[in-house]
Amino acid sequence: MNPYATPLEKVWFWAFRLFCVGVLVFLIVPILVIVPLSFNSSSFLSYPLAGVSLRWYHELFASDEWMSSIRNSFIVAPAATLLATTFGTLAAVGLTRGNFPGKAVVMGILISPMVVPTVIVGVGMYFFFAEQHLLNTYSGLILAHAALGVPFVIITVTATLQGYNYNLSRAAASLGAPPLTTFFRVMLPLIAPGVISGALFAFATSFDEVVVTLFLAAPAQRTLPMQMFAGIRENISPTIAAIATLLITLSVCMLLTMEWLRRRNEKLRGSGI
Amino acid sequence: MDTTPTALPLSDDGVPLKVRLRRAERSYKLRSLALIAPLLIFLVLSFVLPISTLLYRAVDNHELADAMPKTVAALDGWDGNAIPAEPVFVALATDLRDLKEAGRIGIPAKRLGYEISGFRSVLTKTLRKLPAPDAQNVRDVVVDAVPEWGELRYWKAFERAAKPYTPRYLLASVDREVNEDGQIVVNESSAFVDIFGRTFWISGVVTLCCLLLAYPLAYWLSVLPPSKSNLLMICVLLPFWTSLLVRTAAWIVLLQSGGLINGGLQALGIIDQPLQLVFNRVGVYISMVHILLPFMILPLYSVMKGIPPHFVRAAVSLGAHPFLAFWKVYVPQTIAGVGAGCLLTYILALGYYITPALLGGPDDQMVSYFVAFYTNRTINWGMASALGSLLLVATLLLYVVYGKLVDNTGQSGRK
Repeated sequence: MNPYATPLEKVWFWAFRLFCVGVLVFLIVPILVIVPLSFNSSSFLSYPLAGVSLRWYHELFASDEWMSSIRNSFIVAPAATLLATTFGTLAAVGLTRGNFPGKAVVMGILISPMVVPTVIVGVGMYFFFAEQHLLNTYSGLILAHAALGVPFVIITVTATLQGYNYNLSRAAASLGAPPLTTFFRVMLPLIAPGVISGALFAFATSFDEVVVTLFLAAPAQRTLPMQMFAGIRENISPTIAAIATLLITLSVCMLLTMEWLRRRNEKLRGSGI
Repeated sequence: MDTTPTALPLSDDGVPLKVRLRRAERSYKLRSLALIAPLLIFLVLSFVLPISTLLYRAVDNHELADAMPKTVAALDGWDGNAIPAEPVFVALATDLRDLKEAGRIGIPAKRLGYEISGFRSVLTKTLRKLPAPDAQNVRDVVVDAVPEWGELRYWKAFERAAKPYTPRYLLASVDREVNEDGQIVVNESSAFVDIFGRTFWISGVVTLCCLLLAYPLAYWLSVLPPSKSNLLMICVLLPFWTSLLVRTAAWIVLLQSGGLINGGLQALGIIDQPLQLVFNRVGVYISMVHILLPFMILPLYSVMKGIPPHFVRAAVSLGAHPFLAFWKVYVPQTIAGVGAGCLLTYILALGYYITPALLGGPDDQMVSYFVAFYTNRTINWGMASALGSLLLVATLLLYVVYGKLVDNTGQSGRK
């Protein structure tokens, strides 16, 4: 702020800052508020805390329902991520190699799982998968989650490929490297930050997906978000706060990884490669 | 006189270079397509086809033709002016007998009940008084036992339900129905137009709130030095990465009548009675704004980051009041970001299901809720598909606009 500001300007300056800080508080506080409640010894989800205890975590880890839903999520999400990332990276490479007729339409289709309302995806897949006998199977769930994760992989990897210098691939090819070697030894290491962040997005999408799962999964495939949905709907207990705290820890880890990847990517670009 | 061969440079094997270049380019293009093909096929099979199934189901009308094929076939070519002749009644009796044996009378009864609500009982009544397989004058026997079969309107309803495609579900989604004379009339008891209106309204309010909250914040973050803005950006990104259900649960905890906000306000003496903040519209607005706010902040921030500060400074140095300079010089440069952010937020808000379902009351449910309701609860898949199709069309139209907008900003950024 300049030292010659009029009182009105000062008021405006601080009001503006206060407003912005308020918005940040609005964004972050709900997430922070639920963490201490998971260590509350009473069974009420309210402050002040009655005492500190780990009993809700014990309850969580002792519950078959919760543990099997966590297991299911860790089966479905990595498989869906692998599918989405592999296909998505290949397609992103193809998309950035030049123009072809109908490119805009293809791009539109590849991104559409991100914008089509999830209920519509869920009901459509419910009808279609029932005919293909994929309803209430892990495979069906993995296919569905992979489709939902694809747009994120496409967006992040194409963005990273914008900064990729195709002369490097040409140099490798002119030195006699076959296309696959060129991809794995030259291109992939350089676009790895984009591929990993795309994979993280795809993982988060699958790990948090509830609507489509509600339509496609039987109790045997019940995923963690589905279990949480049921828990919140019936009665919201401190066990929910405990699992929420674990999920927040997971999102902090993912956020830190993304930040690290972003810096790495900037450094790579800064070094002129 | 042929000059072209000598004018074109040739490669080692004698083929003109131009031809070789074209060949190389074509194979390059084909290889690019081959890289895209696996994903495209995967998405067509696991995503596009399912959604096409949904669109098809919105007009699909095969239940009756499947359940009562003989009657439907016999009725083909009926002029609609008189009660059908004997063969149709024979077919009707045969079909009903088959359905009775298979125990599948429920499907046609339900479908015909959509046309005339009393049709279900007509069918069950007929089932009880079915003539013997070898009976003569089936038409007279059936009409005597169940006089409704002698009424033209029942047969017209049957014919409508027998067609392979029907507009009835799509019409019902906009509160219209085909009456017994085949005219489209308003169905007074239906409220889907209100529900669509509510969906567009809630999304609009949420988008506007997001814009009002996000614009100043994005501006502040874009002018702060990177070390500070990166730190504050965590407050935006952490909610973005946190599970939707965690955030929904957090808002229930905060907003419920014994929750933190009510407790705080009561402790401060601002209110005596707890405010109803959750399981109503307020809860839906607050939590949806919270969930969608990062989708508004991020595009705005990236556009604002690219705006050089000189223009506003120049305007101020030329004598413009800072507010005027901001409004006339800065804001127009952010319009593309505002448009992209608003459209993205609006598109995402249109399809919300979980948040209103968990934080709203019965009057706050959006179209998605009813799509799920008709799929799971009442098993009226035609209705679910029709509502879903209309929502899908609205979303895709906005998505096309969004694509144009983002495309244009990309180009203007490159200039």
